[in-house]
Amino acid sequence: MSGHNESILREPLITGDNITYAKITDDILMPVENKPNKAWWIGFIVSALGALLWVVAVSYTFWNGIGSWGLNKTVGWAWDITGFVWWVGIGHAGTLISAVLLLFRQNWRNSINRSAEAMTIFAVICAATYVVSHMGRPWLAYWVLPLPNQFGSLWVNFNSPLVWDMFAISTYFSVSLLFWYTGLLPDIATIRDRAVGTRRKIYSIFSFGWTGSVKTWQRFEAVSLILAGISTPLVLSVHTIVSMDFATSVIPGWHTTIFPPYFVAGAIFSGFAMVLTLLLVARKVLGLENYITMFHIESMNKIIILTGSIVGVAYLTEFFIAWYSGSEYEQYAFINRSTGPYWWSYWMMMTCNVISPQLLWFKKIRLSIKATWILSIVVNVGMWFERFVIIVTSLHRDYIPSSWAMFYPTWVDVSVFVGSIGLFFTLFLLFLRVLPSIAIAEVKLLLKSASEQAKMKQIKEGHENKEYVAEYVESLQKFDSVKQEDYAKI
Amino acid sequence: MSDIKYILGSFGDPDEMMHGIEKLQENGVSIYDVYTPMPIHGIEAKLGIKRSRIDIAAFCFGITGTCAAFALIYFCAVIDWKVNIGGKPSFALPDFIPIMFELTVLFCAFGMVLTYYASTHLFPGRAPRVMDLRATDDRFVIAVDAKDNTAHTVIDGLLKDAGALEVKYNERKYISYE
Repeated sequence: MSGHNESILREPLITGDNITYAKITDDILMPVENKPNKAWWIGFIVSALGALLWVVAVSYTFWNGIGSWGLNKTVGWAWDITGFVWWVGIGHAGTLISAVLLLFRQNWRNSINRSAEAMTIFAVICAATYVVSHMGRPWLAYWVLPLPNQFGSLWVNFNSPLVWDMFAISTYFSVSLLFWYTGLLPDIATIRDRAVGTRRKIYSIFSFGWTGSVKTWQRFEAVSLILAGISTPLVLSVHTIVSMDFATSVIPGWHTTIFPPYFVAGAIFSGFAMVLTLLLVARKVLGLENYITMFHIESMNKIIILTGSIVGVAYLTEFFIAWYSGSEYEQYAFINRSTGPYWWSYWMMMTCNVISPQLLWFKKIRLSIKATWILSIVVNVGMWFERFVIIVTSLHRDYIPSSWAMFYPTWVDVSVFVGSIGLFFTLFLLFLRVLPSIAIAEVKLLLKSASEQAKMKQIKEGHENKEYVAEYVESLQKFDSVKQEDYAKI
Repeated sequence: MSDIKYILGSFGDPDEMMHGIEKLQENGVSIYDVYTPMPIHGIEAKLGIKRSRIDIAAFCFGITGTCAAFALIYFCAVIDWKVNIGGKPSFALPDFIPIMFELTVLFCAFGMVLTYYASTHLFPGRAPRVMDLRATDDRFVIAVDAKDNTAHTVIDGLLKDAGALEVKYNERKYISYE
């Protein structure tokens, strides 16, 4: 850490020339310590209305039962499971950023992990509500637990992926929450020590009495690393098990061994897209350009190209295997996907997930905030369609043509989905106001080694290779938060 | 004797603070604790703090989770109520693995984090024992016990030489108590 210079070839992770430890705290706590602005209120009111719609639609479902959705005898799973898988997938980027990138020592994660983890938690909450509401009798939701009961101690079926899923999702949610909250403690203490009156009392309770003594920090780092180590296989297992909900069945189109890796890649793909959707706006509105830089955005875009391409290969592999299997039902399922009555959803998925992310190969597009933001939304639209295609298109034409049917969503289906987006944004906007959106302590770690000013000092000391410096200065051109004229002199 | 309990050297830079620790130790001044807004790597070795054994605890909790999951599933599906699924064996180990894995992670995470909270005395509502309010913001604070180390002017000088921006004399151990 401090005292050791980082290679000049690496792009800075914190830009700006007068950044001090105090300024980092001030900048990041700005939204927490001040009254919200108009943009926040507008966003909040719109999202809260969405959340209200969600409450209405879910209550309506609870009161009237699953019949209020557009399901029929043939299509027994539709928007509910689509929404569930979509949200769980979105959640994955948070754990990926906080755990996998920590293990790989990718320091750029330090300024995006906090909000990505928050996003994970809110996305998993949205996903969990789908699970409960699609049960039909949500007051009996505890039946998924292996509890002693009066039915001759008939336990849950441990061979069923749905039971595995219950364990996976609840472990994932609670471990993510623990990881997020433990990481928050030092930052809550920072807010506490700057606040007065009731605010201080409230933050004091939530800070667990954090002081930042040597031992606390030493163990904190050990705990974070081990949590990252166990969360990495956890995040992979969660979407693997979600995919097994489908893959262990014998429905053509679902019964595929490629599902686990393909779902995990898709989850990371959509998760990073959602992180970009949120952070590109937050960065601008909260003035965090110096901490979430163009380098961060470009890195996330690169992960999107990679995972998008993996997903693309998986789509093609599925098709090939369907043909190669020689099973006519499998073959029909795939021909029907691309040319049947739901052809538009299949091609929507292909365009949004496979074709449009390839645009990110162009540096100009990758570095354009507008283009990135639009593409991030396109990716999430595509990922929603992917789940719709897998679920509804595989079900709607089963083995007996007389039972073939189409799925038409009712207003309740639509409202639960739109409402869950509202709920997600409401929670995220509240988070921005009460907790620091960037891990303050972790960003402070980077100040002396990976910031623009530290590198500037390195250049000025004059011990660096000229070619490397030239390369470094060239790499700064993509940053919108760097004053290029400072480098013209050098 | 004065009422001063702790002498605090408040630094604006972690490297200067590390230098301050060295200076104090060279002069035989014992350090009570150091409070920083971020983890400082290498400080444990300087202050003679042993490696954390939390990883051992984590492993034990994890393995307990694995065993608990296996025991639960084995009891439910093999001993207590066998479900006949097409005549397949009820002891289907591959099917048990996902839940065994999830519970390993669950037990490991909760056990380890709760151990961490307990060992560092962190719990909701605990009164923060803070010596300098800026130690969570932009100051790196070395605390020296003033009763054990009576050469106050020497300590003051050493801290300032090392680059301390401010040296405080606290008459109360923790300033944040209400």
